[in-house]
Amino acid sequence: MPLYLNDEQVMLRDTTKQFVAEHAPVSHLRALRDANDSTGFSRDLWKQFAEMGFTSILIGEDHGGLGLGHVEAGVVLEEIGRNLSPSPFLTTAVAAVEALKGTAHAERWFPGIVAGDTVAALAIDERAKHGDAIAMTAERSGNGFKLSGEKRFVTHAHVADLLIVAARTSGADVDDAGVTLFAVPKDADGLSHETERLADSSLAARSRFDRVEVDADAVIGEVDNGRVVLERLLAAGRTGASAEMLGVGGGAMDMTVAYMKERKQFGAPIGSFQALQHRAAHLYSEMEVARAAVLKAQQLLDADDARADEAVSVAKAMTGLAATLAVQEGIQMHGGIGMTDEYDIGFYMKRARVLAEMFGDSNFHADRLARKAGY
Amino acid sequence: MMTDLDQFRRDTRAWLEANCPPEMRQPVRSEKDACWGGRNPDFQPGQKEWMDAMASRGWTVPDWPTAYGGGGLSAAQTKILREEMAAIHARNPLNSFGISMLGPALLKYGNEEQKLEHLPKIARGEIRWCQGYSEPNAGSDLASLAASAEDAGDHYIVNGQKVWTSYADKADWIFCLVRTSKESKQGGISFVLFDMASEGVSTKPILLISGYSPFCETFMDNVKVPKANRVHAENKGWDVAKYLLGHEREMISGMGLGSTGGNPLIEGAIATIGLNDRGELADPLLRAHLALFDVRSKAFAAMSERFIDELKAGQAHPAQPSMMKYYGTELNKARHELVMAAGGSDALEWESRGSSGGAKARAWLRTKANSIEGGTSEVQLNIIAKRILELPGA
Ligand SMILES: Cc1cc2nc3c(=O)[nH]c(=O)nc-3n(C[C@H](O)[C@H](O)[C@H](O)COP(=O)(O)OP(=O)(O)OC[C@H]3O[C@@H](n4cnc5c(N)ncnc54)[C@H](O)[C@@H]3O)c2cc1C
Repeated sequence: MPLYLNDEQVMLRDTTKQFVAEHAPVSHLRALRDANDSTGFSRDLWKQFAEMGFTSILIGEDHGGLGLGHVEAGVVLEEIGRNLSPSPFLTTAVAAVEALKGTAHAERWFPGIVAGDTVAALAIDERAKHGDAIAMTAERSGNGFKLSGEKRFVTHAHVADLLIVAARTSGADVDDAGVTLFAVPKDADGLSHETERLADSSLAARSRFDRVEVDADAVIGEVDNGRVVLERLLAAGRTGASAEMLGVGGGAMDMTVAYMKERKQFGAPIGSFQALQHRAAHLYSEMEVARAAVLKAQQLLDADDARADEAVSVAKAMTGLAATLAVQEGIQMHGGIGMTDEYDIGFYMKRARVLAEMFGDSNFHADRLARKAGY
Repeated sequence: MMTDLDQFRRDTRAWLEANCPPEMRQPVRSEKDACWGGRNPDFQPGQKEWMDAMASRGWTVPDWPTAYGGGGLSAAQTKILREEMAAIHARNPLNSFGISMLGPALLKYGNEEQKLEHLPKIARGEIRWCQGYSEPNAGSDLASLAASAEDAGDHYIVNGQKVWTSYADKADWIFCLVRTSKESKQGGISFVLFDMASEGVSTKPILLISGYSPFCETFMDNVKVPKANRVHAENKGWDVAKYLLGHEREMISGMGLGSTGGNPLIEGAIATIGLNDRGELADPLLRAHLALFDVRSKAFAAMSERFIDELKAGQAHPAQPSMMKYYGTELNKARHELVMAAGGSDALEWESRGSSGGAKARAWLRTKANSIEGGTSEVQLNIIAKRILELPGA
């Protein structure tokens, strides 16, 4: 498989590029923020995503989906990133779909996702930094379980129809075994959300589970063996977040290069100064390397290749580094105007930081690679 | 379903298994581990067998046409061959400026006689080539070169001096840039080939910081070069030179991928520093540096794969080799800083037995040239800025 987009994927990219830029450009995010919007995204846009087929990319044809892969989902995510479009696409159409795929939950939740009616949130993190430890408990009770504990950084929690929750059915915090994943519907008793606005003006919750009762059939996959499902969810989420970051970094870089051609100082465009040219060229190189890493991860995931796991961590770590550089250089090269709220580059800085943190930052993934390599 | 490519992979695997000598499946330890062929070869055990076996199938240059000694493989087949070689840690059978630089330029700009004359010898490792580009006053500003070729009917008389000519003292032939007109800077350059044994050619090695002398000053004193040895039109040599430089940069960028076989950097660090009881490298800061380096290095490996795929499909931006060269060489320098940090005082040994002749320290010093040779990092950044990002001139 050559490491570039095939003709159909290029076509999808071109349509998506146009669609997202037209329907959800940065001004869309700005408008939502200025209105102090409490949903965090536009329901209409989510519906349009469904009409475009975006929400069904990873859903199999047997469930009315397109049966495409992570490369195609990444094409959409990159444009979401480039336009900073607020959307539950990553959590719902990518991570949740991958978690529910092949389980009994697909029947129940996929039609709503295909139609653009359903939103899913991921309740997997418990600390300020993403990690492997899971302390939240799921106690057996009658025919089902009682979930207790708190999850953090749960984006879209307050409007989600479904929460995918990782909890412990046995063992200690860091044990691999003993983890179970649950599909918890939004109206479950004892579930509450403390919703907070993040730096990028998206909404995320601290979700409290106070002896939330669920049936046995809320279990996704097998009891005590939930890491399998969790790993699938994370691989998709991490790859997806990488693709979105590629868009954020790329968008920031494009804006910056355009500005360098237009802004004049000392009687010349600032883009003619070699000190800046070299930094822009370096940034371009980092972004291209990150782009290749992301495509590699997507292709290996789609091919169900054993090397995918490593490639996913490389992609997440590398896009974190590259996108951070892109937004930092972006602001610096814009000068004072880059610090103003009126100018868009700051939005890129904020979004890149949120995505870099999501599902493990660059350090987390570098550490993960080191462990797997035995050092 | 078994596709033709699956079959090709199986056959290739079996053939490599049967034909790649065990000595050629070990990590490259020092510069001597590279096989260069030529009229006066300096073979280590296994090198000649491996080179000849690969050449017999045209696999030293797998994607060149068979008429010129190549393997005639498609892009997909070439990729499979590379993957299967990597899987058994097979060394490159032949290092050659002919393969990585002159060959592609001849394939594009050479006439049929020139192709038939030179390409098969390159493929079989019979002739070793060197590159006569740089001059004392023409480095980054290569087009300001002064070595002159005077028209003398059916031949040119070449005079002048080249510098930094790698392996000029070991090479059989040179591809050389000469000035055939003073009217225009870039438009007065021609690209010629000549035998280093020609009368009037002499070389003088230059000692490097690594303690080796791989490159030379090359002097040309009334050297007779037949006009038939000029590639492409007179005064149009800059086109050939630039095209060849693209391939040189591509080759140098491959250094960023590190050597074949295992992860010597990590293995070395564990051997010197050891692991703590959590199985982590006992120096946490070095571990962090190594891990972040690993991220870039693996991402760059993906970039290299993508670049080759795009190139074969005719989709790569013509200035893309500059990006590969820039990133790969900076990465390789960083790798060797880490090798030294991981090796501690062991890695500093210069002439001890245990260090195979100071291989680590010498390799570390050698890599410092990666961001200079083939056009400096600054020059590559200029090219990316102007040709890819289309930033304005000063
Ligand atoms: C190991 C090695 C092998 C080599 N092999 C060969 C060979 O086989 N054949 C051959 O012909 N040549 C060879 N070279 C020469 C090589 O191509 C030149 O060294 C290189 O092009 C730089 O030229 P220079 O050394 O004259 O440096 P200079 O051009 O003098 O550069 C000095 C410094 O100024 C910077 N600089 C120059 N111009 C600019 C600019 N416009 N903007 C910003 N910075 C600039 C450079 O980046 C560099 O940092 C080799 C060099 C090395 C180190």
